[in-house]
Amino acid sequence: MEKTQNNKAWFLVLPVLVLVAFSAILPLMTVVNYAFNDTFGQNEFFWEGIGWFEEMVHSDRLHEALGRQILFSVIILLIQVPLGIFIALNMPKSGFWASFCLVLMALPLLVPFNVVGTIWQIFGRVDIGLLGHTLAAMGLDYNYTNDPLDAWITVIVMDVWHWTSLVALLCYAGLQSIPQAYYQAAKIDQATRWSVFRYIELPKMKGVLLIAVLLRFMDSFMIYTEPFVVTGGGPGNSTTFLSIDLAKMATGQFDLGPAAAFSIMYFLVILLISWVFYTVMTNLDREENR
Amino acid sequence: MSRITLSNLAHSYLANPTSDADFALKEMDHVWDDGGAYALLGASGCGKTTLLNIISGLVRPSQGRVLFGDQDVTDAATTERNIAQVFQFPVVYDTMTVRDNLAFPLRNRGMDPVYIAKRVGQIAKMIGMEDILSKKARGLTADAKQKISLGRGMVREDVNAILFDEPLTVIDPHMKWELRTQLKQLHREFGHTMIYVTHDQTEALTFAQKVVVMHEGRVVQMGTPEELFETPEHTFVGYFIGSPGMNLLDAEIKGSEAQLQGVSVALGAAYGPTTGRTQIGIRPEYVTISDEGLPVAVKSVEDVGRHRIVRAEFAGQPLNAILAEGLSVPTDARVTFAAAKINVYANDWRVQPMGT
Repeated sequence: MEKTQNNKAWFLVLPVLVLVAFSAILPLMTVVNYAFNDTFGQNEFFWEGIGWFEEMVHSDRLHEALGRQILFSVIILLIQVPLGIFIALNMPKSGFWASFCLVLMALPLLVPFNVVGTIWQIFGRVDIGLLGHTLAAMGLDYNYTNDPLDAWITVIVMDVWHWTSLVALLCYAGLQSIPQAYYQAAKIDQATRWSVFRYIELPKMKGVLLIAVLLRFMDSFMIYTEPFVVTGGGPGNSTTFLSIDLAKMATGQFDLGPAAAFSIMYFLVILLISWVFYTVMTNLDREENR
Repeated sequence: MSRITLSNLAHSYLANPTSDADFALKEMDHVWDDGGAYALLGASGCGKTTLLNIISGLVRPSQGRVLFGDQDVTDAATTERNIAQVFQFPVVYDTMTVRDNLAFPLRNRGMDPVYIAKRVGQIAKMIGMEDILSKKARGLTADAKQKISLGRGMVREDVNAILFDEPLTVIDPHMKWELRTQLKQLHREFGHTMIYVTHDQTEALTFAQKVVVMHEGRVVQMGTPEELFETPEHTFVGYFIGSPGMNLLDAEIKGSEAQLQGVSVALGAAYGPTTGRTQIGIRPEYVTISDEGLPVAVKSVEDVGRHRIVRAEFAGQPLNAILAEGLSVPTDARVTFAAAKINVYANDWRVQPMGT
């Protein structure tokens, strides 16, 4: 069938483009403006060139935050993806309990970020928090405000609590799309539980799993609210991730120039990594189709 | 390989079946001989697939036992039964190559790799896929995938039985013929018990030594194609087998004569008194159109090539006849029946003539 070419349809995108221009592109331009200029207020700008960028690239503070950020994202991906798959595999497939599980799993996703932070901030407190107090009563030396390791554990457990559901629900949707005949055929072929997972469930989940990994990576790489509420980036700088560091720099110290340069690089890094992810995964797909 | 016995078997998908209608499979006792080629024939939703799944262990019957040989396997899991089953729609392992797909059941049994390679080669040759063995299965067409499914079903030599659940639905007509022939050949070669579910009578009659006709959850007849044609045990068999199906006319039976709306028709044998709705059944092949016998109103004549089908009515009931090529329908048409070919039915079940 010959498709008619009609490029006028592009004009239909125009309203959205205008809207996005006002809500995102123009504000972003002010960031670009700050990144290349120095200012002392009164709307006076002095050309700085790539000075701020050079400073940021060589900043130890940024390197450390980046290291913590990567470590954090890697850890939560390593926990949430297998755990999410495991939960999805063990969820009931139909009936009352299936709906019950779905609702239960969706609940953490519906809680606003700062509320999640507050919940865990209180939950983990040694004096009044259920978790903190219980651990202390059991004789464990747990204190997320003093001990960097405890702070990390708290932040990671909180993120796992908050977001594993997303992975699980996506995987569950993938699993639900597998026709019963596949499981029956596997039984007939005397496949082991592992083979069923490896050759039937995993391939069918691959598409949604790619999306889950991408979402979880991007979200965790820009995580701000929850650790900020719980630890405020501390103790010391131990849970200061990129966005927390950025906010400290921009609104705490009012170093708008470096912060703007920082955020542009931050944005480009996320874009780059997401693009790499996507390209690698889709290429894998194409190779398998060959 | 072994004989399959279904003893006192019935199945309902409901937890607490109360009436007969709640059962997808009504109580049955059947023995499927070792090495037999059976076709399970019936309309959609008559319980064919349920019966198959009970044999393979995918469904546990709500009552009765399933025996392989002398061994009770009712509670045995599918994997323990060593049975092969091919489903209506292709099931392939997408990420595997065609070769790995075919080898999968053998590998799961921990067979020797040398043997696996040899066996996969044989099967690939049979289904005509030798040249694409190293291709991934997911990019293939539906009928190629179904051939892989068939191949996987046949790759194990030591299976107790091979079950086919309308396996050729998605296959091209010319390929259908070829594959069916290959299945038959395979059956002759290896002597596996094969059960072939279909709703296509041609498929059933050409494949099987014995055809099992199911209707509303019941096995109504198990017999050779000839038996199904000549002496259908149930009006459903008469109607379902044959094209067009058997003519059924309300009648009163008096000894070796039937009264049809006051006209008497000679029967091939004498019958005792019948109860319930009584009908005589006569195949269109045994109805002769001429100017003597029962008066009928001819509705239409269909030319199907080899012969013509005359669609007529007798006293408001449809009556079909096969007319040989070259003969014409008289204006005032009448029909006669071959007496020996008439069967008598009471409440849809065949009545045995006296003295048999």
